[in-house]
This record gives sequence, C-alpha cells and structure tokens, in this order.
Amino acid sequence: MARMGCTATWPASALPDIVKNSRIWRLLLSRLGRSAVIVAGILVVNFSLLHLAPGDAVSVLAGESGGADKEYVDRLRETYGLGRSLPEQLIAYAKGLLRFDLGWSFRNNTSVSELIWSRVPATLLLVGASVSVAVFIGVVLGVASSRRPNSATDNVISVVSLLAYATPAFWLGLMLIVLFSLKLGWLPTGGFRSADLDLRGFAAAVDIARHAVLPILTLSMFYSAIYARLTRASMLELAQFDYVRTAYAKGLSERAVRYRHVLRNALLPLATLLGIQFGSLLGGAIVIEMVFSWPGLGRLAFEAIMARDMNVLLGILFLSSLLVVFINIAVDMVYAILDPRIRAH
Amino acid sequence: MPDRRSAMKVIVGSVIAIPALLSEQAMAQAAPAAKTLRLVTPELTMLTSAFNTAGPIYQVSAKVFDGLVDYDFDFNMTPQLATSWDVSKDQRTITFNLRDGVKWHDGKPFTSSDVAWSAMNVWKVAHPRGRATFEDLTSVDTPNELMAVFKFSKPAPVSLMAFHSAESQILPRHLYEGTDLATNPRNVAPVGTGPFRFVGWERGSAVTLEKNPEYWDKSKPLVDRVVIRTIPDAAARSVAFEAQEVDLGGSMPVALSDARRLKDLPQFVIPDKGFEAFAAQAWIEFNVRRPELRDVRVRQAIAHALDKNFMVRAIWLGFGTVATGPISTALKQFYSKDVKTYAFNIEQANKLLDDAGYKRGANGIRFKITHDPLPIAEFYFRTGEYFKQALQKIGIDVELRTQDYATWIKRIYTDNDFDSQNATSYNLPDPSMGVKRYFWSKNIAKGVPFSNGSGYSNPAVDALLESAQVENDAAKRVEQFASFQRIVTEELPQITIADIQWFQLESRRVRGAANGPYGMHGNLAGVSFA
Repeated sequence: MARMGCTATWPASALPDIVKNSRIWRLLLSRLGRSAVIVAGILVVNFSLLHLAPGDAVSVLAGESGGADKEYVDRLRETYGLGRSLPEQLIAYAKGLLRFDLGWSFRNNTSVSELIWSRVPATLLLVGASVSVAVFIGVVLGVASSRRPNSATDNVISVVSLLAYATPAFWLGLMLIVLFSLKLGWLPTGGFRSADLDLRGFAAAVDIARHAVLPILTLSMFYSAIYARLTRASMLELAQFDYVRTAYAKGLSERAVRYRHVLRNALLPLATLLGIQFGSLLGGAIVIEMVFSWPGLGRLAFEAIMARDMNVLLGILFLSSLLVVFINIAVDMVYAILDPRIRAH
Repeated sequence: MPDRRSAMKVIVGSVIAIPALLSEQAMAQAAPAAKTLRLVTPELTMLTSAFNTAGPIYQVSAKVFDGLVDYDFDFNMTPQLATSWDVSKDQRTITFNLRDGVKWHDGKPFTSSDVAWSAMNVWKVAHPRGRATFEDLTSVDTPNELMAVFKFSKPAPVSLMAFHSAESQILPRHLYEGTDLATNPRNVAPVGTGPFRFVGWERGSAVTLEKNPEYWDKSKPLVDRVVIRTIPDAAARSVAFEAQEVDLGGSMPVALSDARRLKDLPQFVIPDKGFEAFAAQAWIEFNVRRPELRDVRVRQAIAHALDKNFMVRAIWLGFGTVATGPISTALKQFYSKDVKTYAFNIEQANKLLDDAGYKRGANGIRFKITHDPLPIAEFYFRTGEYFKQALQKIGIDVELRTQDYATWIKRIYTDNDFDSQNATSYNLPDPSMGVKRYFWSKNIAKGVPFSNGSGYSNPAVDALLESAQVENDAAKRVEQFASFQRIVTEELPQITIADIQWFQLESRRVRGAANGPYGMHGNLAGVSFA
C-alpha cells in the first residue's frame, strides 16, 4: 500500500483529508478488533473478582430486612440463581449480554439496563460539565502562568492549583455546602432537582443548574489544577522548540505564536490525560455523588458493591469498560487530527 | 495584557456570579407549596414492604398501603381497613369486618379476597418473618366481601401484634395473582388503599405521592403531597434538615452528634415517642462455641466490666436508657425488672475470671478475643472501642476487626467466625417476633442474618419461647417471658446495653407525626403543618 497519507506539512483543511485517509480507517478497525478482546477479558476478570467478595445479595437483603428465616433465604437464593456454579452463572450472564440483556436487579426490582439508563443523564451532566469547566479553567490558568514563569501571577496560580489538588473532594464539597447552602442559603444542599416543586420548562432547567453548581465546582476543582499544571509545563517546554523560534523569526506576533503554534501542540498531552481520566471520572465521582446525593452511576455502583448486587455492578463495569475503550479510540483519532505526523506512522 | 485579564475576570466573575444569579431564582421558589410534606430516607429499592422489610421501605410503604388495623401506644388495635374484629376465646379465630366502599388506587374495590390472598400467598410465603408470625395460620375464610376470618391451628397471640400495614401489607390481588412476586412491576409503582397514592419515583432522588381524594376518611389526609427524598449519606441528610429542605425523617435519620445539635435549634423537634413498636436495643453478643466464652463466668465477668451508664452517655449521647435484659422497657407488658443485673465492678469481674481459671500471664493478659462491630454506623464502632478498653482492665485483650456489611453478616451468621460482636435489633411489638430469634436454639441457622448467631442453646429457654408463641392466657405469657428474661440474664449469650430511643427528627412545623407506636412509619394521614 502506498504511503499516501505520508505528509509532513500541516494540511490546509484537516477533515476532508482525514476522511480520505485509509490509514486512519485501518487504525480504527484494528483498534476496534483489539477492543473486543479487551472487553471480553475485562468481563471475565470482573466477574471472577467480584465473586471473591464474601457474602451475597440475599444475606444483605435479609439483613436489611432485620432478619429472616432459613426458608426465606433459601427461596431467594433460588430465585436469584445464586445456587448455580460460578462458570454457569458467567455463561448465563455472557449469553444475556449477547442479546444486549444486562440482567435483572432483584434488589431494585427492575432491569439493570433501566436502572443504569436512569442514572446516565445526571452522570453525563456532572462529568461532562466538570470536564469542560476543568479543561477551560485549566488551560486558561496554565497559559496565564506560563507567560512569565515565576512571576507573581505564576506563583499565585501555582499555589492555588496545589491547594485545589491537595484538598479532599468530600471536604471541599461539605465546606461549599456549609457556605453556599447553610450560611448564605443560595443553593440547595444536594439532589438533582427540587422534587417537591412542580417546575417545568426553563424554571426546571434553572432548578437542575442550581443543584449542579456545587457538585460541578467541587469535581472540576481537582481536575482544573491538574490541567493547569500540565498546560503550563507543556507550554514552557514547547516554547524552547526551534519551530517556535522560527515562527518568531518570520515576524509573527507573540499572540499568534502562543496560541496557534505553542498552545495547539500543548493540547496533545492534555487530550491523552483526558482520555485516561474520563473513565476514572465516571467512577471517581462517587464521593461527589455521595456528598451531594447526586443520582449518578458512581453512587449506583457503590450501593451495588455494598449490597452485592452483582448484575448491576457487572453492568456498570461492563459499560464503563466499553466507554473507556471507545474514548481511547476516539483519543487516538483526535491525535491523528491534531498531529498529522501520527497518521503517518 | 487585556486577553489574560479578561479571561481571569470571566472565571472569577462566573464563580461568584453563577451561584448568586441562580440564588435569585431560588428566593422566588424557596418556600415549597404549603401542603407538601417532605420526608427523607436512605436509599429505597422498592416500594412495598409486603415481602421486603428493609428500613427505608418500611418507612415509606405504609403511606400508600393501609393495614387491617393500626395500634395505639398500649398496642391495642385501632380501626383502619377493618372497622371491627372479634378474637375467639381460644385465640384460634380472628374475624375482621372490613370497611365498606374502600377502593384500590386504580379504582377496583378492596375486598376480603385481597386480605386472604395476601395472607396466604405473601405473608406466609415471601415475608422475611411472616412465616414465623403466621406459622399456625391455616386459612383465611371469606364468607362475604367484607369479612375475613383468620383460622389458626393453635392460639395466635403473636399475630395480633402484626396487623400493622408496615408489617403485614395487603397487596391488590387483581394485580399480583398469577404473576411473579419478585418481578411484578407494581413493586416499584405501588397501587394501595392508603391516604396517599403513588405518582412517580426518580431512582436515587425522590418518590412523589399525592393525596388520595377517595380515601375512606373524608377529612384526611391533611397534606396534599408527600415527597420522599432519598439521601444515602447521614451527613447529607443532616444538612438537608438544617437547610430546611426536608421536614421529617425516621429511624435515627442523622448521626447522633448531629441529632443532639439539631434538637437544640428552634426549628427542630425530636419527639420522645413514636418508636415503641420497634423497641430497639443495643447489645453485645458472644460466640458461646468458643472455649473461653463457653464459660458463663467469663461472660458474667465481662458484664461486670462494662459501665453501661457511661456507654449510654458517651456512645449513645443520651438517646436511650440502660437496659436490664433482652426485652425493652418499651414493651411494658412483657418487660421484667426481676432479672440478674451486673453492677460495674472490676474487682468482681477479675475474681470471676480468676475463679474460672484464666490467670493473667506475664504481660497481664488472660486471653485474647476478637470483636466485630456491625459496620453500618459510628455507634457500633464506638461500642467496640469501649469494649476493648473496658476488657483491657480485666486482662482480656480484644482485637477489633472491621469489614463491610455483607462480609460481617457472612462472618457472624454463616461462618460463625467471631468471638464477640455488637449490634442493635428491634424487639418489635411482641418478643416472639423480635427477641425469640436470638435465643431459640432451633434458630441456629447458617446463612440467616440476625438469627441465633451465638450458638446459645438451653432446652428450658426453648420450651418457654415455644410455649409463649402459642399461649392463650395473656398472664401466663407474661410469666413465661419473665422466666425467659431471668434465665438469659443469668447465662448471658448477649449482654443488653441499652434500650435505644430510635427517634425521628421533625421540623417544628410538623404536627401529629408521632401519635402512635410506629411514629412516622404510619400512614401520616393525620399529619399537618402548624
């Protein structure tokens, strides 16, 4: 195959070129094939690991009911299919997956897919908004502090980032609740919306936004700090490169060099980090979701772990592994768009 | 550098302005509709307690489902779906006359066939403790639509205490018969007979109920809507109370330290009643299969080493009273003062251990045991820590262990791999329902939580508990339970620490939420705002 995509110059318009580029499609296909194997492996590992945990859903349920008798417990184990051997359970589960059936949560009296689906909007809102806010704040602060290293601005931003990075999220969340909800009374203490008010349309959207402010602020704080540090470091490093000196030499303004040449390349490591962190953000939001009673997937997963609600937990883990895999493929594709050289190799 | 400055301004400005702007919206809508009662519970998993009696479900479902009867503070039955009842002399037949004209929330009439079907197919089959309570129930006859006749093979004094909606819930036969109980869609969208009907449930957020306009008591309910917020974290529930976002929560909705702080604020009340039906007790249990703990003198020595007054004050922060035995003072008719008690006395404890032959070693230690606190609330861990300190003084080294809930249950009730543990439990309105299970040797059941985990077995105790289950003569029953209390306080498979005030927390605006032994677990038809 001819190396038709081999071009070292920045294309005038990236997209049409990429669509035509067969290397990118081959890359995508090979990544997808590899991912199927990875996801299957993850499933088996998850299943085996989760069943190492002592106790089962029935004992938790009976315990929460304040006790029971032997027949009750035996009957439920039968109903839940817990009497079968582990390989049998795994095969039954995998068969269900092939039919896009994530199973039934006996604990929650509903299908796992319905349960997970009901948590998706809140999760996406929290994680999506937090990542966007974190990237925005992180990049702005990173660029600002890289302008003059060790200046007053840089030092202030460094100290603030360090604080934001080191503050435990649950503590920050609680302090924000104390300030904005208890002392000032501006914002609700938690939840996704005011269930006791019958709000519609714009008022309902504002109500959700009011509930989302503190969780998003708390979650994005930590990540903004990381992104600010990363952007600053990359900016400073890239500023030493020859192509930057060339850009200055050919008479480009400082602004043009900074934003068109340096920042664009500095975003590459940020994209890598985002790809890795997006998956952990889904799970890493557990603490935030607990503190703010946010009805997200992290909380659902946590409750499923405590209750040994295996179908729910496997469902969440399976879907997040899918998501992480696909996001990583997407990140690979984004590299290709951001940096033509990657397409070439 | 205008670009940088303006960017900074946008960030700083939005961090400050967004909450402020949104808060203006907040002011306009801060006060909820005057007649919405806002409850808070931990996470809910379904909405009927007919066959799942987990705490949060127990708190919520009785608003949607009325029971056959309610109970007053003396545990006398009062009318609800049944207007009157007749208990035969031999206590083998209970006849309920049902209220005429009651409809399910879907408009279908409520009849005796719903009662009969629920009793025989749900309570006796799928309820965690219903099988025990209604063990001797042979049939429920329905001579007409408004009469349900419960027939028992033996006298059934216990069942008389179990007809509250939270405990024995009547399901709509026309929606359940012929379906799989575990997967019936009505479990999460209930159709009941109660003062409030189900509107919607956003999982992880809130359940909304509205006034049932066809409720049999035309003057009730007094509020238009009930919104139940589910908040899994106790600290988050506490701030929701403090921000006055919720009005009412039951079964110790917040941490004890928060409860003590909130109850001193003018906005809140903690009623000193409304939890008698649970009669919660805190206790420490021994695994009597273990060599040292098999010796009753060792268990008695440990009892002498514990300062229960201190425990009530410092661990339970005064939300309870020192207990003398395994039946709570809340069960007035069954509680007996005439039991063996153990004064806090280290010397006596040491003497008992010396007599038992456990001499102190060179390091001052006689022997070592483990302790596993129930890992769901801070007071169990505090109890464990105190237990360790207290036993150090009598030369017993205690190793504290922590694990999660499921692991704890497996350790105690399946593997019996423990020396001592501490937890709380409900006596429930009758000791046969809530106390018997820990001491009856036939309830040493592997894999069954909150059964007889200690392995304690005494034929005399078994005989007393079994006779009390079917004793027709009320006075004799009281006597049987008195003897039972005397024996187990002597033999101490459990040391009962305290009768716990299993309180509910209310906004001061709420009226009438603690007017029965079930408190906020009742149907709340009579609750209003000041």
